[in-house]
Amino acid sequence: MKILVCISKTPDTTAKIAFDDNNTKFATAGVQWIINPYDEWYALVRAIELKEADPSTVIHLVNVGGSENDAIIRKALALGGDEAIRINKDATDPFDIATQIATVAKAGGYDLIFTGKETIDYNNGSIGGMVAELLDMPYIAHAIKFTLQGTTVTVEREIEGGEETDECQLPLVVSCQQGMAEARIPNMKGIMGARTKPLKVQEPAPVDTYTSISAFELPPAKAGVKLVSADTPEELVRLLHEEARVF
Amino acid sequence: MILVFLDQADGEIKKSSLEAAAYAAGVAKMMNTTAEALILGPTKFNLSTLGNYGITKVHAASSEVLTAFDSQVYTTAIQQAVEKSGAEIIILSNNSSAKAIAPRLSIRLKAGLVMGAVALPDTSNGFIIKKNVFSGKAFAHVKVETTKKIIVLEQNAFHVTKTEGTASIEPFEPTVPASKIKVLSSNKTTGEVLLSEASIVISGGRGLKGPENWHLVTDLASLLGAATACSRPVADVGWRPHKEHVGQTGLAIAPNLYFAIGISGAIQHLAGVNRSKVIVVINKDPEAPFFKAADYGIVGDLFEVMPKIIAAVKKLKDVA
Ligand SMILES: Cc1cc2nc3c(=O)[nH]c(=O)nc-3n(C[C@H](O)[C@H](O)[C@H](O)COP(=O)(O)OP(=O)(O)OC[C@H]3O[C@@H](n4cnc5c(N)ncnc54)[C@H](O)[C@@H]3O)c2cc1C
Repeated sequence: MKILVCISKTPDTTAKIAFDDNNTKFATAGVQWIINPYDEWYALVRAIELKEADPSTVIHLVNVGGSENDAIIRKALALGGDEAIRINKDATDPFDIATQIATVAKAGGYDLIFTGKETIDYNNGSIGGMVAELLDMPYIAHAIKFTLQGTTVTVEREIEGGEETDECQLPLVVSCQQGMAEARIPNMKGIMGARTKPLKVQEPAPVDTYTSISAFELPPAKAGVKLVSADTPEELVRLLHEEARVF
Repeated sequence: MILVFLDQADGEIKKSSLEAAAYAAGVAKMMNTTAEALILGPTKFNLSTLGNYGITKVHAASSEVLTAFDSQVYTTAIQQAVEKSGAEIIILSNNSSAKAIAPRLSIRLKAGLVMGAVALPDTSNGFIIKKNVFSGKAFAHVKVETTKKIIVLEQNAFHVTKTEGTASIEPFEPTVPASKIKVLSSNKTTGEVLLSEASIVISGGRGLKGPENWHLVTDLASLLGAATACSRPVADVGWRPHKEHVGQTGLAIAPNLYFAIGISGAIQHLAGVNRSKVIVVINKDPEAPFFKAADYGIVGDLFEVMPKIIAAVKKLKDVA
């Protein structure tokens, strides 16, 4: 079986969010970069578990970005995976990214494509569905459990207020979230091994522009907290009722 | 024309879809056109009342085949409704179905997609939509450059004002492919307020010390008709189910009131709740970072403060 895991690079969860160039660019100075948590903890680790269960499984990683992304791609390879493909393009439009990934996916003939539920920077969560449509494959979003028997897949996915269990045949695309796997950290053997794993760089396919970001905006600062004494909690209830009018 | 897709759960239209309907009517008004709705699968909802949300016509596909959700099947049905109605802008609500349908539909219709819109479009210079980015820590203004456009509206982001009106109903029979997905089972808690849709959320953190103290959260929640939530470590140790976990790696919510009890307010937690309209924090540590993001707060021991708050709410609600 061949699995493709989509890996995105995002700012660390504690990164300060600010913008440069008249609020048109994310300010990257001093920002630490990580593998998007959903891609790493759930998509990649679940793929690694599938390979541990069946060692003939081949895992490829794909990332769309410039050479500055190689560090996080190596980190992902240190966790597991046999080979990585980076499509050399600085892209933020989901249609662009999905088109590039679909091109790799078509050429590679994968049985299973994993993405994270969404990236923590642009919060679109649209790559999985777009790739599935470009490949004419079924798509299951927000998977919390994934099991495989032969070519039959059973997926539990989150729906409003509960879960649904679906059955489907390979090939398919799945977006992964909490529950799929337990986060791991790379071990020394993995880190050493990652250095010699292939990281192939591919030039992008031409693509139309569907959307572009014209500006960013920070939310207005809070006016400051109104503190109520711990001796009079009922005053808080009054304020919420009469002033904030939330109940 | 603007077409809004109304998502159902057990034959009822989701609250968030009604927000999307009102939003669609708002977009239609701006653009001097009409808003029509699409509903897939049998429904218990009185469709003509969608006129109260500004919808003029409902395309209703009542086929049982459409009861089970499959993004491939739904995308085909929506595509046919778009062709039939001549819609240029398609609107969905940002819930579990739309997250799977909208990206597919974007490819199918060659339509630029905005996921998580929080405001009506700005058409003064192109077609620009404000959306959430960086997990609620910022907004982006996204320009849609294609003729057809898809907007997925964030939940609780658009205020619904009802109007007079009756929608006409037009039967619709899409030709859809057989589904490749078989639904084996579905497990939903009924009778509870959905966390994603709730207008009040009461949330607990490690400060509550253990699941045996959760009545301080749930009692207040039931008094206020609120949903309950928790911080990540609380779900990780199994004090509460994972579906209650909010934050950067959990659910992102935007209720009118987020009431945080014994939660420190780590940046990853704030990422999921900072779009709430009013934030209340109960924490014994005056330095807890959550106070910086809060509107109201009490510095104090939650085990002393919460019973008094619950008593005061009981009194207010007259259920002493
Ligand atoms: C990559 C990453 C992603 C993460 N994602 C999330 C996420 O999605 N959601 C999330 O919640 N966290 C997330 N976290 C974890 C986050 O950093 C915090 O560790 C977590 O939110 C802390 O939970 P807490 O506030 O319940 O516990 P604590 O930080 O332990 O805080 C407990 C609070 O309770 C107060 N307290 C204790 N006793 C009392 C009392 N008697 N009365 C009143 N107050 C009391 C304390 O003063 C303290 O402020 C993530 C972390 C990382 C690294």
